[in-house]
Amino acid sequence: MSQPRLSALLSTALAGLLLASALIAAAGLGDTPRQMHFDARLTPPNLDFWFGTDALGRDVAARTLAGLTLSFWVGSLAALFGTLIALGMALTAMLGPRWDALVSLVIDTLLSVPHLLLLLMIAFALGGGTHAVIIAVALSHWPSLARVLRAELLHLRQAPYVQISQALGKSRGFIVRHHWIPQVLPHCLVGALLLFPHAVLHEAALSFLGVGLSAEQPAIGVLLGESMRHVSGGDWWLGVFPGAGLLLMVLCIQRLGETLRRAWAAR
Amino acid sequence: MLDDVSLTLDAGEWLGLDGVSGAGKSTLGHLLAGHLTPQAGTVTVDGAPLPRRGLRPVQWLPQSPELAVNPRWRVKQILEEAWTPPDALRDAFGIEPAWMNRFPQALSGGELQRVCVLRALAPGVRYLVADEISSMLDPLTQLALWQGLRRVADERQLGVLVISHDAALLNRLCSRRLTLSDGRLRPPKRYGAPPATAPGQSPASR
Repeated sequence: MSQPRLSALLSTALAGLLLASALIAAAGLGDTPRQMHFDARLTPPNLDFWFGTDALGRDVAARTLAGLTLSFWVGSLAALFGTLIALGMALTAMLGPRWDALVSLVIDTLLSVPHLLLLLMIAFALGGGTHAVIIAVALSHWPSLARVLRAELLHLRQAPYVQISQALGKSRGFIVRHHWIPQVLPHCLVGALLLFPHAVLHEAALSFLGVGLSAEQPAIGVLLGESMRHVSGGDWWLGVFPGAGLLLMVLCIQRLGETLRRAWAAR
Repeated sequence: MLDDVSLTLDAGEWLGLDGVSGAGKSTLGHLLAGHLTPQAGTVTVDGAPLPRRGLRPVQWLPQSPELAVNPRWRVKQILEEAWTPPDALRDAFGIEPAWMNRFPQALSGGELQRVCVLRALAPGVRYLVADEISSMLDPLTQLALWQGLRRVADERQLGVLVISHDAALLNRLCSRRLTLSDGRLRPPKRYGAPPATAPGQSPASR
């Protein structure tokens, strides 16, 4: 096996292992992220508390793991919904020139608004919380993927084999299911994987700004927000571990996604 | 590009069409097969307008078979998209059972072209538009392709429009020839080529 392939394989396995162990460890946490130890407040990392404790004596390691799990689900769901909206919109654009013009108008309008602003407005309008973050990220992040999918479908519609399929008497539904969708699925996969880190980082941003997850949920954004109050006191562990954890998870997902994409493209 | 073009293709007739590159031969082929809709005028098949839905009685055969097949489908799925050709026909076109489980990328251009031609011969198809289907094949493969097609066309009285630059090929295959130039159909210029065979007479009996 060549060296680039070996290192790709190893890094993918490592990424999968890290992600899986974080999710499994978080599942066994129970109430630990909320448990307070008043005799051990703001302690630096030690053997009992590997990542230290916060101002209320809560274990930062447990809170980071719980936060990462929450981020993982928020990111996955937002990426899934965003991709589905993009695919739906791209297919809608194929219904006719008027539909195409309408979809293109919506895409261009949404892309012209800075997406953090859009995200804030939607999350605020929905009143905050986990579902608001998921919906806001999905609703604000589909346009760029929809544009790619629309271009691909426009090209595919003119492909000789699609025209022949039509001439052979295949229905529109058959052509969409058997010729169009399999061809755009890899694009959807890549789109979803690029959306995931966005969703995770935006969830953290929204929670940090106060319109995301509520303060009692151990989300990464909430942890980072709390750490801001203590950073001037030198309590570095409150921010560094959750932040590094978030970065590591995003990198792992990207690694897995890249491998998946290559495996698919090789066919 | 095309202006006031009118042509009639009879059942069982082989009609040759040539013209310089960009003259609109392929556009005419796409119009006849219903891939394009004419801005004015109609395509009529056996007295009725070309249907938009269902199996069309006019089928277009492509120049590049690689673009005419879904790259994610296996050969079996491609060949049997509209009908299941009987074994005798598969043999006539030299299509091997071993190809069925392969992806189209694993077949040569000539092999894939024969699959594409047989795919289009579903029952109910009355006319074929063969757009440069043999120009990239070696002489032996060309022969196998045209012999297979000739057999089915004679059997079912299919009308075939052969589009090609190859005057010798058109003369051998077709009972009548037309040239497309400046958007109009004209009788072909003769470069001392032998006259086409009489209508209804196949080149094989010549």
